[in-house]
Amino acid sequence: MSGNGAAPDTALSIEHITVHFGGLVAVSDMTFTVNEGEVVGLIGPNGAGKTTAFNVITGFLRPTRGEIRYRGRSLNGLRPHEVAEAGLVRTFQKTSVFATNTVFENILIGLHRRGRATAWQTLLGLPGVRAEEQRLRDEARALLDFVGIAQRAGELGGALPYGEQRLLEVAIALAARPSMLLLDEPVSGMNPSETSSFMRLLERIRARDVTVLLVEHDMRMVMGVSDRVVVLNQGKIIAEGPPADIQGNPEVIRAYLGAGVRDA
Amino acid sequence: MDQLLQHLLNALILGGTYALLGIGLTLIFGIMRVVNFTHGELYALGAYMVYFFAMVLGVNFFLALIVAVLIGIAVGGLIELVLLRGLRDASIDTTMLVMIGAWIIMQNSEQLAWSGVAKSIVPPFPQEPLVLGPVSVSWTRVFVFVVAALLIVGTHLLIQRTRLGKAMRATFQDRDTAALMGVNINAVYTATFALGSGLAAAAGALLGPVFVVTPTMGNLAALKAFAIVILGGLGNIKGATAGGFILAFAEEIGAGYVSSGYRDAMGFLLIIIVLLFRPTGLFARAERVG
Amino acid sequence: MIDLLRWLWLAFLLSVPIWLGDQYYLHILITTGIFTIAAMSLNLLLGFTGQLSLGHVAFFGIGAYTSALLSLGFDLELAEGYTFVLAPKPVWFAFLCGVLVAGFFGWVIGKISFKVRGAYFVIVTISFAEVVRLVALNWVDLTEGPMALSNIPPFTLAVPGLWEQTLYRKAPNYYLMLAIAILSYLIVRRLVLSRTGRAMIALRENEPLATSVGIDVTRYLVLAAVVSAAMAGAAGGLYAHYVRIVDPDVFLFIYTVTMVIMVITGGKGTLAGPVVGGLFFGILPVLLRTIAEPEAQWIIYGVFMIVIVYFLPDGIVPAVRGWVESLQSGRPTPEPAALTGTAAAERKAD
Repeated sequence: MSGNGAAPDTALSIEHITVHFGGLVAVSDMTFTVNEGEVVGLIGPNGAGKTTAFNVITGFLRPTRGEIRYRGRSLNGLRPHEVAEAGLVRTFQKTSVFATNTVFENILIGLHRRGRATAWQTLLGLPGVRAEEQRLRDEARALLDFVGIAQRAGELGGALPYGEQRLLEVAIALAARPSMLLLDEPVSGMNPSETSSFMRLLERIRARDVTVLLVEHDMRMVMGVSDRVVVLNQGKIIAEGPPADIQGNPEVIRAYLGAGVRDA
Repeated sequence: MDQLLQHLLNALILGGTYALLGIGLTLIFGIMRVVNFTHGELYALGAYMVYFFAMVLGVNFFLALIVAVLIGIAVGGLIELVLLRGLRDASIDTTMLVMIGAWIIMQNSEQLAWSGVAKSIVPPFPQEPLVLGPVSVSWTRVFVFVVAALLIVGTHLLIQRTRLGKAMRATFQDRDTAALMGVNINAVYTATFALGSGLAAAAGALLGPVFVVTPTMGNLAALKAFAIVILGGLGNIKGATAGGFILAFAEEIGAGYVSSGYRDAMGFLLIIIVLLFRPTGLFARAERVG
Repeated sequence: MIDLLRWLWLAFLLSVPIWLGDQYYLHILITTGIFTIAAMSLNLLLGFTGQLSLGHVAFFGIGAYTSALLSLGFDLELAEGYTFVLAPKPVWFAFLCGVLVAGFFGWVIGKISFKVRGAYFVIVTISFAEVVRLVALNWVDLTEGPMALSNIPPFTLAVPGLWEQTLYRKAPNYYLMLAIAILSYLIVRRLVLSRTGRAMIALRENEPLATSVGIDVTRYLVLAAVVSAAMAGAAGGLYAHYVRIVDPDVFLFIYTVTMVIMVITGGKGTLAGPVVGGLFFGILPVLLRTIAEPEAQWIIYGVFMIVIVYFLPDGIVPAVRGWVESLQSGRPTPEPAALTGTAAAERKAD
């Protein structure tokens, strides 16, 4: 829950994370925090280490050094599904849905954590299982409405137009009831109207008390939704602060222009 | 001690042909990522061709060997062209199933053509074994070892020193980039499959006179080839060579000191144990062609 | 509509021994049924969970041997002068043990499958089956090796105190097989249409995405392997007590291939697939028997398999389903995944 008035509670804390791939240093001594209820944007030129940071936080990669804590609990060494159990769910940079299942089933799969029926209970046909299935289906329908793709429920995940596929990804992640959502370039490839829609969705997500950390290249979008922005370059954090501060920061501008022009 | 030396010598000789089998498969498996179930059948084909030409037609033994290998190369190329070309981007299970189908067809054809009775090939070498102090070895086996060694070196040179070899190595590293650089992937794949199959046929042709020729001889050979590939790392010729000898040693020592019935199990046990501890193969860090 | 078809099909199956007098054909149906159960179990692991397990016959054989050995009793000299003696156990008990032991080995393979992936896993599973075959062949003291375990007692069904029947004749064995086959089908169906089944399918479709929403890969791989192996073990037990002779040939790779062919051509990842495939490849040999030798038959299967993989890569059932749907709606529909196709139909039928 977001604190009111007094110092905000820390949700996610990254401390001195370093990631080496053989001789290559992908991330170097990265330290920052995300507070409960915040929306934090993580930006930086390509290759700066943003997706690596995501992979480390969510258990897809082991850091060479450093600690990750969520709500006081260490996430180091946890496998991805355990990180999800702790409340952190991520999306992927490359479009990632269950292509040969329907949209509705995609959400049902995402709702996995929300069910408890074990294989034995299922096989024995215990009464609670049926009730749970019904509950999950209701939740799935509600989620599809929330995200705005209810009309696609019966279509195959892989057959959706690009923008709606990306919405489906977010819906799947939300289905896992995260208390913190990590979005990896959620609007890349979207046109301006789709992006604006998404920004409104993000506000609705935030209203549900979900903390958000997002990686993005679309500057207008990031500056528009974030409470704070963290800037990575070549694996190091070079700036941190409210969007207004970052936009004028000479080091940030140098990092971007030096690496090639991005849409700013 | 003498027993041990004899086992070691047998292993050395067997290892050479196992290495051929393994190198052939590691090239195919490594470069094309195909689980090649027909590899054992090419091995059997090599043996049967030697039998057919040398024993049935009465052709000179050495000529028969050469013909057998050439036929192996041709059949391999044919399999790639007819069956695998169309599956270039299919999933691994699809190609696996097509290979299983091909294996069924080949083995049963052999059964129909030659019947299940074991055939023997009589090589033109003197019968008395060569005695070297405490150990003895038949001339046939000496010949087998020499030829196997030559083929191993030859393959190594082909991969390292020729343009084709270079193309194969490039395709192994990154198929798409190699294609962009002008490598004819189709040709590389056909050549790889043909070469790998030729090596299998060579192994069969060489071991045919040592053991007997049966339609099912390919089955165990195929499994052993896979063991060797895993031991040595995908695409790694040096690894496959080492793997061939390691397997041969394990089999000989196991058969000699544990139990001869479990001889063939040695390879599989090795595979299972290695993969449990190193899920990507023994020399996996050296996963490369050459 | 689907419901009606199902009941008709069931009635038909139940009626067979009544009108099928020829004992040979009944025998074929029984062995086909046993193999279909094994194919259904393989489908759970290969089709729904996406694990390339090609050693499945090992579970079948382990179930067969365990059940046979326990029902026959055996003595085993373990050390100097110490002989372990096991008295023969009732068949139903031996059968259950067979299922459990097979399930245990499924657990082992499941654990391994998590560490060893893709093509390597294929090789491990094949090797595993070969090792088991060689053990069965060489551990003559226990398994009689190539001399086979014979005179295995048939099933005895009993309601304590009331009625007892030993299944010597074919018809009762047919019904037993049918009962277990139906039970297996229902188990797979229930599992697949549940939260558990969704997790397995998710792992097959997109593993990173599945783990990111909290699905534990190891747990579901192992679960699929255990259930699959136990079911194959049950098929093996059925086989042992029906055919009443078991030898190491039961572990031959060719039988795994048979099961794989049944699953793939029928349609992997569908519920009806292995049944269709099983019937097809169980009955086809009978039809071809008079016109082709066994080797020629196998060549035909090989060709058939290649043709199906090339032209109907999802198998017969999804192709037929797609064809029926496009007839009904007048335009071609995308081939849906098993979950969609069967689940939609199943839900209507529920």
